[in-house]
Formats: sequence, C-alpha cells, structure tokens
Amino acid sequence: MIAEAGLAALWLAAALALLQLGAAIAGPRVGDVRAVAVPTAVAQGVLTLFAFAMLIWLFVRTDLSVELVAANSHSMKPFIYRFSGAWGNHEGSMLLWVTVLAVAGAGLALVERRLPPETMRATLGAQAALALGFFGFLLIASNPFARLYPAPAEGQGLNPLLQDPGLAFHPPTLYLGYVGLSVAFSLAVGALITREVGPALARAMRPWVLGAWVLLTLGITAGSYWAYYELGWGGWWFWDPVENASLMPWLAATALLHSVNVLAARGGLRSWTIMLAVVAFSMSMVGTFLVRSGILTSVHSFAVDPERGSFILGLLVLYVGGALALFAARVGTVREGARFELVSREGALVANNLLLTVLLGVVFVGTLYPIFVEAATGDKISVGPPYFNAVSGPITLVLALLLFIGPLLNWRRDRRPNLRRIALPLVVTVLALAATFLADMSLLARLGLAFAAGLAVASLLPLAGRNLRRTPLATWGMVISHLGVAVALAGAASDTAFTRETLAAARPGEVLSVGPWSVRLAGVDPVAGPNWTAVEGHLVATRGGTTIRLDPQSRTFSDPPTETSEAAIRTLFDGQLYTVLGHREGERWQLRLWWKPFVTLIWLGGALIALGGALALVGRWWRGRRQRRSEEAFA
Amino acid sequence: MKPAPKHQRLVLVILAVAALIGAALLAMWGLSDRAAYFRTPQDIAAGRAQVGEPIRLGGMVKQGSIVRQPDGVSIAFVVTDGPADVPVRYRGIVPDLFKEGGGVVAEGRLERGNTFVADTILAKHDERYMPPQMGNIQAERQTRKTVAQ
Repeated sequence: MIAEAGLAALWLAAALALLQLGAAIAGPRVGDVRAVAVPTAVAQGVLTLFAFAMLIWLFVRTDLSVELVAANSHSMKPFIYRFSGAWGNHEGSMLLWVTVLAVAGAGLALVERRLPPETMRATLGAQAALALGFFGFLLIASNPFARLYPAPAEGQGLNPLLQDPGLAFHPPTLYLGYVGLSVAFSLAVGALITREVGPALARAMRPWVLGAWVLLTLGITAGSYWAYYELGWGGWWFWDPVENASLMPWLAATALLHSVNVLAARGGLRSWTIMLAVVAFSMSMVGTFLVRSGILTSVHSFAVDPERGSFILGLLVLYVGGALALFAARVGTVREGARFELVSREGALVANNLLLTVLLGVVFVGTLYPIFVEAATGDKISVGPPYFNAVSGPITLVLALLLFIGPLLNWRRDRRPNLRRIALPLVVTVLALAATFLADMSLLARLGLAFAAGLAVASLLPLAGRNLRRTPLATWGMVISHLGVAVALAGAASDTAFTRETLAAARPGEVLSVGPWSVRLAGVDPVAGPNWTAVEGHLVATRGGTTIRLDPQSRTFSDPPTETSEAAIRTLFDGQLYTVLGHREGERWQLRLWWKPFVTLIWLGGALIALGGALALVGRWWRGRRQRRSEEAFA
Repeated sequence: MKPAPKHQRLVLVILAVAALIGAALLAMWGLSDRAAYFRTPQDIAAGRAQVGEPIRLGGMVKQGSIVRQPDGVSIAFVVTDGPADVPVRYRGIVPDLFKEGGGVVAEGRLERGNTFVADTILAKHDERYMPPQMGNIQAERQTRKTVAQ
C-alpha cells in the first residue's frame, strides 16, 4: 500500500504539472495566476514530498516486495543507511531530484510577489514544463515503486562505499543546489516570453541563485572531503566525470551570481544574465544526463542503461534547445542596459564572467570529449587530471588576480582606480613568491601559494576604512567568500607543494617515516562492526614530543561481498596525517602514509565561500524586509 | 581604453565569442597530448600505442602471472586479452578485487621494450560498478574474430 500511495502521488503531481502548464498557455482567460498556477505548484511540492517520504519509509522498513528496496537494501544494515540508502540508487536519487524541482517550484509560487502577473504566469509555466518532463522520466523509465513478485527473502545490500554518513548529507545538499537553479532558468524563460528583462527580474532571481549556489558550494565541498577520506587515495579532487558534473553548474552559477548583481544594481548585462541563467540549469541537466545514463565511467554510475540515457538526452535537447531558440528569437527585444567603462566594477565583473565561462568551457569539453571521440572514431579515451589541471590551473590563477582589484573599483566608471590600495596585497604576493623559493615545488604550486597570500589580504580591503558595524551584511558576505577562495587556494597549493608520501610493507614493530613523522606499526588485530569484519592496524606516530595513534582498517562487507579500506586520518593544526592499511604480504603489512600540510584549508575555504553566500542572502532578505516595513509605514 | 558607447554591446558580444573560441583552443591544445587512449593488449601488439603516451590498458590478469616483489608493495603481472599479452609493473596497493583471471584496467604508460608501467590499477567490480569499456572487450573480440574469418 505504501508503494502504491507513493506512485499515486507522483501521477497526481504529474497531472497537476500538466494543468499548470495548460493554465500558463491559456493565459489570463482562465483567471488570475494566483488562482490556478500557485495552488497547483504548491500541491505538486507537497505530493512529491509525500512520495519521497513513502520511499524512505519503504527503505527503513526494508519492504523487499519493492524491487528497488530488494536491489539496494538489506535488513541488517544500520538504520541511517537504510534511511539514506533511499537515494543511494538511480530511481531514488531521481525521485529526490524531482522532489527538489517540485518543491522549488512551490517555493517560487509562494514567495515571489514582485514580478508582474504575466511574467509570473510564464515563469510558473516554464517550471511546470520542466517538472512534467522529469515526472515523465520517473514514471515511465525509472519507477522507484515497482513491485517485485515473489519478494526475495533478503535484499542485495548497498555498495559499502555509500555506507557512510556522507551519503545522508552530500546528495540532498547537492541536489538542492543543482535543481534550485531550475528557478533561475524558469525566471529567465518567463521574462523572455513577456519581454520583461530588467532589474526587477534580477532582484527576483538573485536569492534563488544565491541560495542554490551556497548549497552547491557546500555539497561540492562535502563531496570532496567524502571522496578524500572514503576512497583512501589521498586526493581531494579526481576530475571524475561526476565531480565535473557538479562543478560545471557551480561555475555557471558563480558567473550568474556576479552578473545578476550587475543587472540588479546597475541594469546592465541583461541578455548575458539571461543566457547564464539558461546555461546554469542546462549544466545541471547535462550533469544529470552524464551521471544517470552511465555514459562515462565513474564511481557514481550505477548502471549503464541506454533507454534512460536517451530519455534524459531527449529532455535535455528539448529544454535547452527550446530555451536557446527563445533566447535567439527574443534577444533583439532586450533593451540595452546601462553603459559602463572598461575600468569599472562592471568591467571587472565582465572579466570575471568571461574567465569563468572559459573555465566552464574547458571543463565541459574535457568531460564530453571521450563521448565525441568514441562516436566519431570508435576510439575509447579518457581525459583525466593531467588535462584538467593543466588547463584549469592557469585560468584559476588569473581569476584570483582579478579578485585583487575588482571589488575595489567603483560602479560605472573609475577614472582613478585607487591603485595605492592594492599595493599592499601585491607586496605580500611578491614576498610570498620569494619565500616559496626556499622549497622545491612546481610553478603552479608556487604561484598558487603566492596568490593565495596576496588574495587573503586583498579580499579584506573592501572593509578598510569602513565602519565595520554599519557595513552591510552583503558586503561582509562578499569579503568572506573571497577570503574563502584565498584559503581554499592556499590549501590546494600547499597540498601540491608539501605533501609527503610513503608506501612500504612493514612488520609489526617496524618504524616508517613520512615527512616529519615517525610511524610505528604496533600491531594488527581483527575487529567487527554491525555488517562488516575488518583487520585494523595500530599505528603510533611521533613528531618531536607529540604522539598520536591511528587505526586504519581494511573492511570486508558481507552484503554485497566487498572490501573497502577505511583510512585513519588525524587533523593537527598544521596539516593531516593520512594512513591506509593495505594487504598482508607474508609477515608484513602494506602501509600507505601521507603527511599533508594545511590540506584542511581546502574544505575550510569551501565552507567560508558558502558562509559568505549565506550572509549575503540573509543580509539582502533582512534589508528587503525592513524596506517593505518602512514602505508600509508610510503608506 | 574607452570604447565608443554606441558599440558597447558589440564589444561585449565580441569579447564573449573570443572567450569561447579561446576556451575551445585551450581545450584542444590540452587534449592533444593529455587524453589517455583505451587500448587492449592486441592494440599494443599491433603497434597502436606510442612509448610514453598516456594509456588505459584493459584486459584480464593472466592466470599465474602475478609476481610479488621483495619490497612488499610492487608487483608484476601480465594483462591478456587472449591472443596478446602485455607485461605490467605497478608499485602501490592493488584494489581488493584485483586477482588472477579477473578484469583489470591499468592507467599508465608504455616503456621501451613494451612493458607497461601503471600509475593506477582499477579492478573490475561486480557487474553494476564495471566501467563500460570493460563490457566491450568481449564484444570486440567477437567482432574481430568474425572479421578475421
């Protein structure tokens, strides 16, 4: 019954999406936008949430008569993984995707009150068209509630790599960001249809972009740390197609975030902002296609299924093609925005947008290149870190350099940019660059460290000479996000420059050294968990007077039978000691040890970037509320 | 420095197009020598791989070919696809599913004398987590046989 209730809710929601789309097309003849579109949008949100809750319930109860549960769960699994296992598979994660899409549509319908009714109607129509396609995908090609008869006695279990608290947090956050961008897409399409591209649109779009971007940032940061400790490979970014699938919408959203500010504050960059809003959600759909079709090799690809792949590809072509065709037809009617000079805040933001677009372009080409090559020549290739690091590294450094000066420029024109103010960060950069020559490292790492040091100073300059207590929260947000970029850059460069690695086989009692640490293998013991057994190495690491103990494990799961290695990681103020236990070789055990100075700055930087976005969001909301209050008081 | 205001929109469009072309050129430059081709031992026997270029070598670990080196962390083994063999050297912790007779993808480079030095070893997981390339090997061998006949 639970499964049938969930399925019925999905069908009902799909019917409502159709109704909402029809109402948008019929226009004012069927009454006020609030009378039809808003209630249907809200009802879709509620119905999909209900369906998603039903799926979670089925997983928690381990109802094996449901095919999806039988294929991906197991009654012996700990509660949290039965719960989060609901979206650790294709159908469940697509249901989560659609749920977020519908809830975002409901939120838009409820919250947005500033747009003209016609634009609002067109926007909700666009959102309904998106929802309808993905409801169709779910119901026709990926039904999560399909029954299995006869029900098996036990489920097949969840991939042990996914049996981690990271699964509970990482996909939902990422999806909220991914699919939250659909609202920006629908707003852009709605504004194009009614020819209302202007600052009002930007003000309506900004909180959604900001919110989606904050969640994407958090999701990517969390995913990076998850891969770092769970895979046991010591790396924090692998340029895996699925990582790229989340990075591409993030890059587009970052560009959009900056251009939407120009449109809201100055009325400029109109068609460019619309274009970016279309591109950002298109990248989310491209990412979904890449991951869900399994067309590219990845640890995230659950199964290769051409039918699903072609279905999503069809939706992708329809929506992206439709939006781009609309853009091409209407771009001529978009009025030109306020002009500005090259040396101005707008000029710097245009440069930021162009660089982010180039970065997006090279990641996009690199990610999809294998598909094109295979289609054209039949050769199978893979594009990995050597390519992505080589092309993205220099662009990132130029972007960082742009951050030195951009936030200090005035809007519209800056006849005498205050160059004295960037003297300090430039001096810091040069000094830091000189200091890097004390050690041997790659050029990219050297420049990364130097730019990070300079940027850390430069990012704080917009606060210089201001009354800090009266500085708007949005300005604080910008400063903290930019500081976060410097922190993350420092962490990445430090990891590249200073990481030390030791790989060896050791007898119990033997001592290995890695960087400044001496690591003794004290012993190896068997241990057991709720659904796994493991061998656990006991390591004692010493540096000067500091002694720490680490216990890396090599785990064997029974359902499905798989082995994973659980790295033992210890965070110290100046870095992380990362240890992995390998296989037994006679009397010896393989050990892989890393000393990674300041590597944690990478994720701290990511968190700061997200925090800055959250502050800006809260600040704008607070200010908007106060304004509305005072307007009401005057009225 | 100051573009004629009348043409500002045009300037921005040109900049955007230039950026996209720049991205495409940069990507092509990067891909020209950094993309790794997927090769089977037969491809290598046929001379379809240059010494030193990045390659993903796929096939089966030949029965009885794994030799563990005295340092405890290096191994040598042979990747086979039936008709052809390629010797491989690797230093590191092999995945748990790496075993003789199992599927394997090795990322690395070919050395002189056609020994393959792997930086990364990926073992075939169960069916659901298998890289698509591995699924094609069987089909490809079949096709080649048919073509040869």
